[in-house]
Amino acid sequence: MTATAVRTAAPVSRSRSRDYVGLVAAAAVVLGLAIASMFVGVSDVSLPALLGGDPAAVEIFWVSRVPRTLAVVLAGMAVAVAGLIMQLMARNRFVEPSTVGTVESATLGILVVTVAVPTAPILLRMGVASVFAVLGTALFLAVLRRLPTRNTLLIPLVGIMLGGVIGAITTFFAYRYDLLQTLSNWMIGDFSGVLRGRYELLWIVAALMLVGLLAADRFTVAGMGEDFTTNLGLNYNATMRLGLIIVSLISAVVVTTVGAVPFLGLVVPNIVSLLFGDNLRRAVPWTALFGTGFVLVCDIIGRTIRYPYEVPVGMVMAVVGAILFLILILRKRNA
Amino acid sequence: MIDVRNVSKSYGGQAVLDDVSCVIPRGGITSIIGPNGAGKSTLLSLISRLQPLESGAVTVAGLDIAATPSRDLARTMAILRQENHLTMRLTVRDLVAFGRFPHSGGRPTVEDLAVVEEAIRQLDLTAMADKFVDELSGGQRQRAYIAMVLAQDTEYLLLDEPLNNLDMKHSVEMMRLLRRLADELGKTIVLVVHDINFASCYSDTILAMKNGRLIHQGSPAQIMQAAMLHDVYDIDIRIEEIDGNRIGVYFA
Repeated sequence: MTATAVRTAAPVSRSRSRDYVGLVAAAAVVLGLAIASMFVGVSDVSLPALLGGDPAAVEIFWVSRVPRTLAVVLAGMAVAVAGLIMQLMARNRFVEPSTVGTVESATLGILVVTVAVPTAPILLRMGVASVFAVLGTALFLAVLRRLPTRNTLLIPLVGIMLGGVIGAITTFFAYRYDLLQTLSNWMIGDFSGVLRGRYELLWIVAALMLVGLLAADRFTVAGMGEDFTTNLGLNYNATMRLGLIIVSLISAVVVTTVGAVPFLGLVVPNIVSLLFGDNLRRAVPWTALFGTGFVLVCDIIGRTIRYPYEVPVGMVMAVVGAILFLILILRKRNA
Repeated sequence: MIDVRNVSKSYGGQAVLDDVSCVIPRGGITSIIGPNGAGKSTLLSLISRLQPLESGAVTVAGLDIAATPSRDLARTMAILRQENHLTMRLTVRDLVAFGRFPHSGGRPTVEDLAVVEEAIRQLDLTAMADKFVDELSGGQRQRAYIAMVLAQDTEYLLLDEPLNNLDMKHSVEMMRLLRRLADELGKTIVLVVHDINFASCYSDTILAMKNGRLIHQGSPAQIMQAAMLHDVYDIDIRIEEIDGNRIGVYFA
């Protein structure tokens, strides 16, 4: 007994420490990307200029470059983690907040508040967007519970339809109130407008992710289904409500500050799942790092590929993400 | 002891369980047998609070399942249902480790990990402990789920068709393991089985159900009678005694 315990304990600790080494290495790469991101742009901001105290360079660095990079890091992490939690809650790999109506509902919320109170401060907009996001996501989950089958393809289809209906309502009212132009700003995520004073609320998502990480085991258990969850003595509905709130608030905060970042919540968790599995305790840190790294790379590509012009980050993400995903699936099949 | 008092359940106006009362003794193996749709799985999921009680009452080890906190129940009783569909990718070791969740709340101690390794070993999964559950065969997956409820280390173990997907060798090993758990660790095991001969050879008590009612309860010697089984299954089953076990022959 002691012999077997010793023999089997070894692989566990070995794989744990390998995990940490991998995470630290990945974090170092992401940090490198973040630093690189701060020195990409039209204005000349170089390290010597900064150290030399060139006032123009210092000004641009702190007003534009640092905020933009922080916004990319925070939004990238949060949207990817929200996608992961959403997939466990729906018990389906093909959903994410922007395909189940969460993001569409948040956008509808911003529209409503913009029409009702045109001078609304950003906190009020974010609050209303959050309430709408919670309601829209709850609606999706309620529909899901009433579905007669747990068909893998039916679940994302229901989400896309629901999102389509909410999106159509939003577009209709935006058209009526002549806000279509503004609407497209929320729907297409863009980091080029991020300046000091306009992104700080994104730090809220960092707190939400921390809650997600602390409750990681609960979400993993809930992802096993209601019966498993009840058997293990955990309140399934309470866990689902917590997940609902985390996912909805992350989506609402990101949409109000930088706009919708589609695709990310779908691709990154799937890549992480293929590589490391779905035990959230392991998957959340990896998803956060991958999400950040992925958006950083795409944002840098978007800013350099047609220099001095910018290609929207969402476009780059779609292309790079699709290629990455294809490579992974094909390699998995060959292995 | 599991005490079931006047439990009924209906789906859409259709009664699935009709005023069932029974006492499942503490210790030993109790098998629930009966034809499809007899209400066996429903009874098990009501006892294990996976479905809410509509009427009647159930106590497990003196705990009223409707009033006891779920986590306390999870340290007393473990349930494995018949259909388990895991859509997420977990390794066998991670899955089994979640059996410790009611005890450790996600912070497994050294003892918890030892229990996990022991459960993995008992179900012959050591070689595939680091594989993902979705990469296993149906039988290996079934054993992984059983290892998880075993790691939960509860006095009461409720299993809905644990032999599902298992080949003959692993079926026999499973029943022997359950017998050992009952004899050596004093666990109370309740299982739904389709094969009456496994029920006959390994149980202390058999409950026979039909059309949502409990129609017979007794020792294998009492239940394994041609007349009794005809009553339950509506087919003729010849009973032979082989090596002291009563075996029902119904293949031809």
